[in-house]
Amino acid sequence: MLDQVIFYLFAAIAVISAILTVTRRNVVHSAIFLITALLATAGIFLQLRAEFLFIVQIILYVGGIMVLFVFVIMLVNLDVAVRQLQFARQKWVALLISLALAAQVGLMLWSTGKMPGQGVPVLAAAPVDKLPLNSEAVAKSLFETYLLPFEIASVLLLVAMIGAVVMAKKRI
Amino acid sequence: MQAVTQATLEFVKQYWAPLVCGLTIVAVLPLIVGYVVLVERKIMADMQARLGPMRVGPHGLLQPIADAVKLLIKEDIIPENADKLVFWLAPVLSVGAALLAIAGLAIGPAFQIAKDINVGLLFVVGVSAMGIFGIVLGGWASNSHYSLIGALRSSAQLVSYETAAGMALVCGLLFAGTLNITSIVQAQYDQGIWFGLLEPIAFFTYLVASIAETNRAPFDLPEAESELVAGYMTEFSGFRWSLYFLAEYTNMIVVASVATTLFLGGWLRPFPKTTWLNFIDFLPPILITGVGVYCLMRTPKQPARVQQIFMLAVAGMCFAAAVVLAAPVLLRTPFVNPSLAAAAKPFYEGIHGGFWFIFKVSAYIYFFMWLRFTLPRYRFDQLMRLGWHFLIPLSIINVLLIGIAMIAGQYFHLTGWSLLLITIPASVIALIIALFILATEQKSEPQKASGAAPDSYA
Repeated sequence: MLDQVIFYLFAAIAVISAILTVTRRNVVHSAIFLITALLATAGIFLQLRAEFLFIVQIILYVGGIMVLFVFVIMLVNLDVAVRQLQFARQKWVALLISLALAAQVGLMLWSTGKMPGQGVPVLAAAPVDKLPLNSEAVAKSLFETYLLPFEIASVLLLVAMIGAVVMAKKRI
Repeated sequence: MQAVTQATLEFVKQYWAPLVCGLTIVAVLPLIVGYVVLVERKIMADMQARLGPMRVGPHGLLQPIADAVKLLIKEDIIPENADKLVFWLAPVLSVGAALLAIAGLAIGPAFQIAKDINVGLLFVVGVSAMGIFGIVLGGWASNSHYSLIGALRSSAQLVSYETAAGMALVCGLLFAGTLNITSIVQAQYDQGIWFGLLEPIAFFTYLVASIAETNRAPFDLPEAESELVAGYMTEFSGFRWSLYFLAEYTNMIVVASVATTLFLGGWLRPFPKTTWLNFIDFLPPILITGVGVYCLMRTPKQPARVQQIFMLAVAGMCFAAAVVLAAPVLLRTPFVNPSLAAAAKPFYEGIHGGFWFIFKVSAYIYFFMWLRFTLPRYRFDQLMRLGWHFLIPLSIINVLLIGIAMIAGQYFHLTGWSLLLITIPASVIALIIALFILATEQKSEPQKASGAAPDSYA
């Protein structure tokens, strides 16, 4: 009961602030609502006992949105931005695509109830004391099961990072 | 009936006990912070050979309360062109993050609000880093250039020094093998040595980075009063300003607690495993008794009757604390019935753990203050050079070498103090390489014209 109340609270906060992120005219306000949406998602992670994901979500987005803020403050002229056109003229296409997406999700949810073996699999909740320790489980899957993809991804990121430095710096 | 009682008890234990604990801390913390500020002013006065606050109460002991009342009844000004909502939100965000981080800390083996979080240390570090939003948003919302520059400096400083601090924490966690705060301290008990001794470089890096993260002198560029009035809090007054102040000092307590937990052995006493050094347990009660005796000796010299009574009260409290500290230790001596000694064990761990933890945190904060009154403020480009050219390479190399040292230690079956044989050379090599990098960087840097003003945004 309490779990459900908390879940719907977080979910409502996440959805509402995600909508506000898009509709606010002031870019800094948008960024604030973006943080709120991400924090609410982190709350849902915590409720699912994924503590590691919860804290990584917070740490990464704190740093990430911090940089976003600095860009907003330094690059966007707020007085000009408020008077500009807020949305691009593609709303009909956007509406069509989002309706298609909503229909897909709705179909999945609907078929879960109606047809057994179809749609979203509903898993039984594991008892709390049987759950593997969180950060250990993440580390095991990253460094044992998926070691090669993980290393490839990190090399990719490193290459991008070096590329950014080379392009940004005038004299090396 | 019994089942219902059981369920109620369980519910109370699970939900209400942490809530009450948390509310207590939120209620008491402003008072603690007020007294930390008083202690800071007194230490500053001592180092500058003057008396400090003396007027309110005996030796200025009621000064924090007077300050709080003043701040509460001050006029609350919101600038005309400020972004009202964000201006309102920013200090709350700052102080909320700092208070939330307290929830993850463990003051003793049993005293922790959010018990046994699997990612405990990350929780404390991550949540307290959220407080930076309060500073940046507050600086932006004030619609003032001083505030904005302070906020930008603050964000640049956090992004630069968070990396070094994170690497230092990684170094400590290599030996702990867990993120759970209780288990980290337990790992130090098992090794019999504090991690701060095993990896002095990591401890040093964290020390410097934590000063920078809490925006304290000599890294208090975001609020440099000679350049920026008061930086991000220029436009804040009264209660909002005091919220920022509360957040800053709470953050100090949080970083000091993290350093204590990871590098200084948490609530363990020095040499926790060496039995022939058990007499160390008697030091806390003796220390507190000494303070009490000193207060008694000073009582006749106080000029006013109120001050004499106050001194007597302080001495009485010291003696009471000494009895509380001494009782569990005396019960654990071999002359006492072993069953009684077993019963006294949790009390011993709780009371003495709390004492050592608070003692170490206080020592760390004292060091912060000492640095503040000793060192002049850095210039912004110097701050960035220290972070990017020295601390970050140092901490990364240190992680690498300490990792190698740890593997080598496992290979040679070294544990505890003998691990020093291998980690100290690793630390020294890391330091030498980092200094070498710094030297080559400075050599390749072209000498700028000495008259050119440093870029304040850097």
